[in-house]
Amino acid sequence: MEAGLAQAPGSDVPGVSGVEHAFEYVEGWGMAVGAHGRVLRPRNLEQLRACFALARREGTTLGLRGGGNSYGDASVNDVGHALDCSRMDRILGFDARTGIATLEAGVTIEKLWKHILPLGFWPRVVSGTMFPTAAGAAAMNIHGKNNFAVGTFGDAILEFDLLLASGELRRCSRSEHADLFHAAIGGLGMLGVFTRIVLQTKRVHSGELSVRAISTRNLREMMEYMDAHRGDADYLVGWVDCFAAGEASGRGLIHHANYLHEGEDSDPARTLSVAHQELPANILGVFPKGEVWRILSLFNNDLGMRLVNLAKYHAGRLEAHHEPHRQSHAGFAFLLDYVPNWKWAYGRERGRRGLIQYQSFVPKERAHELFTQLLERCRRARLVPYLGVFKRHRPDPFWLTHAVDGWSFAMDFKVTPQNRERLWRHCAELTELVLAAGGRFYFAKDLVLNAKDPARFYPADKLERFLALKRELDPEGLFATNLWRRAFSPDAR
Amino acid sequence: MALRMVSPTRSESIQSPPQSQAPREGSPGAIVIGASSGIGAALVRRLAAEGWSVAALARRGEALEELARECAGQPGRVLVIAHDTRDTSQVPELLERIAREQGRVDLCIYAAGVMPKIERQSYDTALDLDMLAINFGGLVAWGNAIAGLFRTQRSGILVGISSIAGDRGRKGNPMYGASKAAMDHYLEALRNRLAEFNVHVCTIKPGYIDTAMTRGMPGLFWLISADQAAATILAAARGGANLRYVPWRWKIVGLVIKSIPSFVFRKLNF
Repeated sequence: MEAGLAQAPGSDVPGVSGVEHAFEYVEGWGMAVGAHGRVLRPRNLEQLRACFALARREGTTLGLRGGGNSYGDASVNDVGHALDCSRMDRILGFDARTGIATLEAGVTIEKLWKHILPLGFWPRVVSGTMFPTAAGAAAMNIHGKNNFAVGTFGDAILEFDLLLASGELRRCSRSEHADLFHAAIGGLGMLGVFTRIVLQTKRVHSGELSVRAISTRNLREMMEYMDAHRGDADYLVGWVDCFAAGEASGRGLIHHANYLHEGEDSDPARTLSVAHQELPANILGVFPKGEVWRILSLFNNDLGMRLVNLAKYHAGRLEAHHEPHRQSHAGFAFLLDYVPNWKWAYGRERGRRGLIQYQSFVPKERAHELFTQLLERCRRARLVPYLGVFKRHRPDPFWLTHAVDGWSFAMDFKVTPQNRERLWRHCAELTELVLAAGGRFYFAKDLVLNAKDPARFYPADKLERFLALKRELDPEGLFATNLWRRAFSPDAR
Repeated sequence: MALRMVSPTRSESIQSPPQSQAPREGSPGAIVIGASSGIGAALVRRLAAEGWSVAALARRGEALEELARECAGQPGRVLVIAHDTRDTSQVPELLERIAREQGRVDLCIYAAGVMPKIERQSYDTALDLDMLAINFGGLVAWGNAIAGLFRTQRSGILVGISSIAGDRGRKGNPMYGASKAAMDHYLEALRNRLAEFNVHVCTIKPGYIDTAMTRGMPGLFWLISADQAAATILAAARGGANLRYVPWRWKIVGLVIKSIPSFVFRKLNF
C-alpha cells in the first residue's frame, strides 16, 4: 500500500488520522472542463493542516474547492488534489440584533439563509444559485442582482481568518492586515484557506420581495430603465434574447425587485419561514422537476433556443402588463436552482459537452456600443448565446475585482466537441473588443482567457502586488488550480 | 499507463480550449473484487478476452498471479492486487491507484463472498460477523467509493453478485442469507440513488454455479459453469438489468420460495 492519509506528519492531534478523501471526477460547473483526481475533505483546522502536509510530502498542489459552482476551472486542479472545504460547515454564531454571522468555510448560502431568514435577515449578497460556500463566495468575490447597490460578497465581509500555506492562521479585516484582506477576497483561493468568515447580513421585514417585470424592446431601453431606477431598486436584472437582430437587438425583460418595508407584509412570521421559501418539487403539481432537463435538452440547439427565447420575450411582454407581484427571496434569487441539473440539457458527456459563460464587465461609457457589437458578432459567427443576462455594477476595493462602474453582460454558449475550437477563437475575438473598451472579466465564470490577459485589464500595481503577495505567502506554490496556471502563472506546478 | 491528466491549458498556444480527458479514448476499465476463483475469475477471463483493462482483487495473491499468467495472451490487461475486503480503509487508495493505472473505470463487480460450513445448531458470532464483513462490509466500502466516482463522472456500472440465498431466511446458514439480503437492499438503494447520474447498479442472483463454493454440496441441480454465469452476468449488466437470476430459471424458484408461508417454510430442510 502507498502511504495513506492516516499518518500525516506534523499532526499529533488525535482525530487527524483519516481525513475523508475520495477519488472522483472534479469538474467546473459548466462541465466543459474537469479531471479525475483525489478530493480531500477535511473537517477541522488540524485536518486542514494535515492536508497541507500531505500535499507537501507528495510534492503536489492543492486546488481549493467549495461548492464547485464556478463555471470554468477555478476549482479544478488536474495535476494535484482538490481540497474541498464543504465539510467544515458550521455556523459558528449569529447575532440576531446586529445581523452579523460567523461562518466556517463550507457553510453554503443555502445553509446561511435558512438559518437567518426566520430571524428576519437575508444575506446582503447572494448568487443566482444557493449552493456556493462562504469561502468560495469570498475567494471568487461573487456578486448578485444588487451589485450596483450593495457591492460584492466581499463588501459584506467584516473579518476573516485565513490559513496560510505556512500553517499560520491570520486574522484579516479592513483595519488588520488590510492588504491581505483586499487581496484574499477575490484572490481565487491562491493565498490561503478561509477558515472563518464574519459576514454582515441584512434585516428584512418580510420573506417576500415586491417584483415588477419590464419588457424592453432593445438594449438601449433596458439600460435606460435600469439607470433610471438604480436609486430606488434593490435588485435589477435583465434577461436578453440574444437571437433578436437589428432594431430588436438586445431586447429582453427586466426584473426589478424591492424589499418590503416594515408593515407592508401583514404576516411576516409566515413569509419568513423556510417552508414559505421552498421552491416547489413538481412543475404544475405533477411533473417531477428532476426530469425537466430532458425536455429542455430537446430544445438545446440553435433553432430550439431561438424559439424558447422568442417565447420568453413574448411571455415577458404579457408579464410586464401585470401589477408588481410578491415573490419569495429564494424564488427570486435562486432562479438557477429552480430546475435541478438543467445544465444537463447541454449534454452530460463529461469534458466534451457543457456550457461556458462569457461575462464581460464594461465601463458605462462604452457598454452600449460594445455589447451591441458583441451580440452582432455572435450572430454573424452563428455562435449565438442561448442565454444572455445583463446587470449593473459598481467598483469595489478588492485587488482582483471584476467590478467596474458600468455593466456586465453574461452569455451562455453551448460547448460541443465540434464547436469547441471555433468557440474559443470566437471568444478570443470578443475579448479583444472588451479589452479595447476597458472591460474586465470574472474568474468564477471564465474559461477562455489566457496568461497574457489579466495584465491587460487589472491595474498593474494591483496585479503585481497580488503576485508578490502570492510569492511571499505561498513561495512553494502549494495552492494552484487550472485557472491559476492558465491565466496567471503558466510556469506554476 | 498513467491517467491522462496532463493539463493542456499549460500549453503556450493562445486560443486552444482546455480539453478534458476524453472518456471514450483508451480501453474500458473494470474492477473485479473477489477475482481469484469461481465467478470472479471467470469474469476477469472474459473481460480480458474482450480487451478490457481489468483490476483483479482477492485475498490470495498467488491465485491472482496464476490468473494473470493465464490471461497474458489476451488483448486486455490484468492488474492483480492482493486485497482483503475486510480491510475497508484501503479502499479509497486502492480505487485511486487502479483508476490512475488503468486510466478509466467503467465497471465494478463485487464478487467476493464466503460461505463457511455451519453446523445445524451452531451460533458462532465471530464467524458470522466475519462473513458479514467479507460478503457485505466490503461491498459497502467499494460501493460507496465507486458511487463517488461514477456519480461525478456521470457514467459507470456497478454489479453485485448476491445470491438466491438472500430471498428467504433458511435454516442452513443464517448469516450467509442475511449478508446476501443486505446486499440486495443496499444495491437497490444505490441503484435508485444513482440512476439520475447515468449510473447503473445491477444485482445478480446466481443459483447453483459449478465453483469451489458449491463443490461437494449434495442435491445440486441446474448447475452451470462459472464461465456461462460470467457471460450471462456481463450481458445483464450491459443490458441494464436491475435484478437478474442466473440462469433465469431461478427466478421461478425465487418466486416460489418467497411465496411459501412461514409455517410451511420452517418444516423444509434445504
